[in-house]
Amino acid sequence: MKSTEQLEQQLKRHSKAAKLEVWGKVVSFSALLLIVAVVVAIIGFVASKGLATFFSNHVSLWDFLSGKSWNPGITDAHGKPEVGALPMIVGSFLITILSALVATPFAIGTAVFMNEISPNKGAKILQPVTELLVGIPSVVYGFIGLSVIVPVTRTLFGGSGFGILSGTCVLFVMILPTVTSMSVDALRAVPRYYREASLALGATQWQTIYKVVLRAATPGMMTAVVFGMARAFGEALAVQMVIGNAALMPGSLVDPASTLTSVLTTGIGNTVMGSLQNNALWSLALVLLLMSLIFNLIIRLIGRKGRLQ
Amino acid sequence: MMNPKTQNKVAIGTLYGVAGLVVLILLALLGYILVSGLPQLSWHFLTAPAKAFLKGGGVGIQLYNSFYLLILAMLISFPIALGAAIYLYEYAKDNWVTTTIRTAIEILSSLPSVVVGLFGFLFFVVKLNLGFSILSGAFALTFFNLPLLTRSIEDSLRTIDTTQREGGLALGLSRWETVTRVILPAAVPSILTGVILSAGRVFGEAAALIYTAGQSAPALDFTDWNPFNISSPLNPMRPAETLAVHIWKINSEGIMPDAKAISSGSSAVLVLAILLFNFAARYLGKRLYKRLTSA
Repeated sequence: MKSTEQLEQQLKRHSKAAKLEVWGKVVSFSALLLIVAVVVAIIGFVASKGLATFFSNHVSLWDFLSGKSWNPGITDAHGKPEVGALPMIVGSFLITILSALVATPFAIGTAVFMNEISPNKGAKILQPVTELLVGIPSVVYGFIGLSVIVPVTRTLFGGSGFGILSGTCVLFVMILPTVTSMSVDALRAVPRYYREASLALGATQWQTIYKVVLRAATPGMMTAVVFGMARAFGEALAVQMVIGNAALMPGSLVDPASTLTSVLTTGIGNTVMGSLQNNALWSLALVLLLMSLIFNLIIRLIGRKGRLQ
Repeated sequence: MMNPKTQNKVAIGTLYGVAGLVVLILLALLGYILVSGLPQLSWHFLTAPAKAFLKGGGVGIQLYNSFYLLILAMLISFPIALGAAIYLYEYAKDNWVTTTIRTAIEILSSLPSVVVGLFGFLFFVVKLNLGFSILSGAFALTFFNLPLLTRSIEDSLRTIDTTQREGGLALGLSRWETVTRVILPAAVPSILTGVILSAGRVFGEAAALIYTAGQSAPALDFTDWNPFNISSPLNPMRPAETLAVHIWKINSEGIMPDAKAISSGSSAVLVLAILLFNFAARYLGKRLYKRLTSA
């Protein structure tokens, strides 16, 4: 016969299953926390390194953002280091906006074709091809840019062939599959009865597409384009291989130029940790990080607006 | 003003044109990679070590490094992503903490891979003193891979019917037991598909690796499998240039006389590997689904 105390203890003790439950919950939650910690650490480290240029090396933020000459090893006439990041910032924005401008009509046209006009061919040919191309590594795009696009630009426009134009062409092909497949998702989310109602009112197929389907899918399409822009802005190696890597204000689309990412990939290995040259590069990385946060924010705002409508 | 019917014809004709052009561009791209790359492939090319100044080198070590890094990165990231996805989908309540965590994951997935690579360089290579090594590279790839893998596993969990969860709980199983004994086995095929697809992405990544796994490929002795020897293929502390990094490296330094041929061949290998990953994901997913559900 057990004493009441023993019985009480036995009843109050957690069962094996309950212990396992707590264990599982704790383990899975720590995995999640680890990811959050990584995000915080990345932002923290890059910010602390990137801000050092302004706090330890006393470069003014305005000089950094508006200066046109990038030569962190050299000081100018006033004894200030030359860390003007404007050429890279302009380069990054130019290729991002240009490639998005070229890619958007193609991507949306293809997405409409795949989803509205010929779903059969879309599913058989276009879908697998775009899916495959989303997965092609960016160095492969860079290599093709180097061996096909750069020589073509050279013959057509003279110069070295390296520059914003070649970068735009490479990024256009790179973001096209991404934007297309996300636009298809946006079109697919438009309910079928919208189309049926419009066609039943006597609208032609094009009127239905243009006035009903595309309007309803606008927030999704915008998200797709911004997503493509974020990818273009952050792309490093493919751009670095074709842009020419001259940290100068781009005079024309076929002059060698540089972007934030291209300067980072070529520079970070050639500078000493903690030096001004190195810190200035980390400031560029910080600009890149902030821009990716801003793109993220824009996508969120579009999403929220889309829901409200 | 055109009448609506002509307008319709013109617009749809244009769309045919646009879609045709896009297909043409994409096929030309694929065709170029394969046509210029496939003739380069040979047993020698795939197994021989690279030569820096002479013609006729291969990509054997780079190819091996790519696979080794891929496996290590997957081994590290899969359990973390699985745990995170389980918590997010099965446990997390719909409150501000969960929203914040989801935002953080989204931010991580949208970070440019070069920023992830730079962080890896700063933290693992410099701060933790791991040097340019496979281990640093594997961690960088893990960070790059985690958000997408987590999301894809969560999507896999979402496809499992809630009645399965209710069934498990009604039988007196704890939530954790329901997940591990009922939900996960049912979700294995789609989780596997997600894992293989993300493997394709990791396999071709280069920007996150140039400053973590390094840009050199020291000679390996494939008879020495002691992970503590520097020339052993298993040693995780040696620098390891991957195939993708190799393409970038030989094109931006340009001292190799046959850089173009080697890059064409390597590009074809990368694309074929991605193709293989895609087919494997589809095929295995279907096969496993049939076997596990006996459907």
